[in-house]
Amino acid sequence: MPIVKIGTTLFVSIQIDLQDESVVRLQEDVADELAATGARGVLIDITAVEIVDSFIGRMLTMIGSISRLFDAETVLVGMRPAVAITLTELGLSLRGVRTALNAEKGLELLSGKSLWRSCRSGPAMTWCASGSRYGWWPNEAASPWSIRRSLLPRPVSWPVTR
Amino acid sequence: MAERSGLSLVDQTKLVTAASELARNALIHGGGGTARLEVVTSVNGRGGVRIEFADEGPGIGDIDLALTDGWTSGSGLGLGLSGARRLVDEFELTSKSGSGTSVVVTKWSR
Repeated sequence: MPIVKIGTTLFVSIQIDLQDESVVRLQEDVADELAATGARGVLIDITAVEIVDSFIGRMLTMIGSISRLFDAETVLVGMRPAVAITLTELGLSLRGVRTALNAEKGLELLSGKSLWRSCRSGPAMTWCASGSRYGWWPNEAASPWSIRRSLLPRPVSWPVTR
Repeated sequence: MAERSGLSLVDQTKLVTAASELARNALIHGGGGTARLEVVTSVNGRGGVRIEFADEGPGIGDIDLALTDGWTSGSGLGLGLSGARRLVDEFELTSKSGSGTSVVVTKWSR
């Protein structure tokens, strides 16, 4: 499976039904590419994927964990509505992997641009929104520096994840 | 087959995903088995698809435990059996320690 590097992002487009061996190879390839290039983001395009079961789901969360070890973030884009509904009912949380509607929004998420654009500071609290989550942070935690680098900790209020 | 029975795209996705989980279970835990598919019709004329997965493996000793979200006897996520049950309309599990496992799932069109 080809992994394309554009800027600081690795692009992986999953086109075929993944067999067990190709899943392991994909994880290894992503790890190798992250180590070799120092990419900060991994964008996995699943537009062509009709079925995501717990095996594939586990592969995706593992890629997310592997990426984090290399200080990179993983974004899943192009999830089909039927897949999203099925995953929710299956109980698969895909923790550690963020999602975006398409590659363009996925790149915005990885670059932290959307987070930077939508922050409002009050006297004590800052309200921030990224493409997939928003919430309130105390001003000390939400400095412009940490916002720009998407380094915000867990928000004070309940974060809504879309 | 799922299309012929009138299942919507979402229902097809759910059924195939459930089938994928059960097939994997039969392979990994049951040592391989068989799958039988058939188009069925309900008493009030609704179409549906029924799939039976059967293996001659070690069987499930504690069915309630196996159906718990997150519990796995292998290295998976533990969502396959309980998840498959949520995704289908009818779910029949027959298993005993030492005598294999059979899972029959049915998805009806709306």
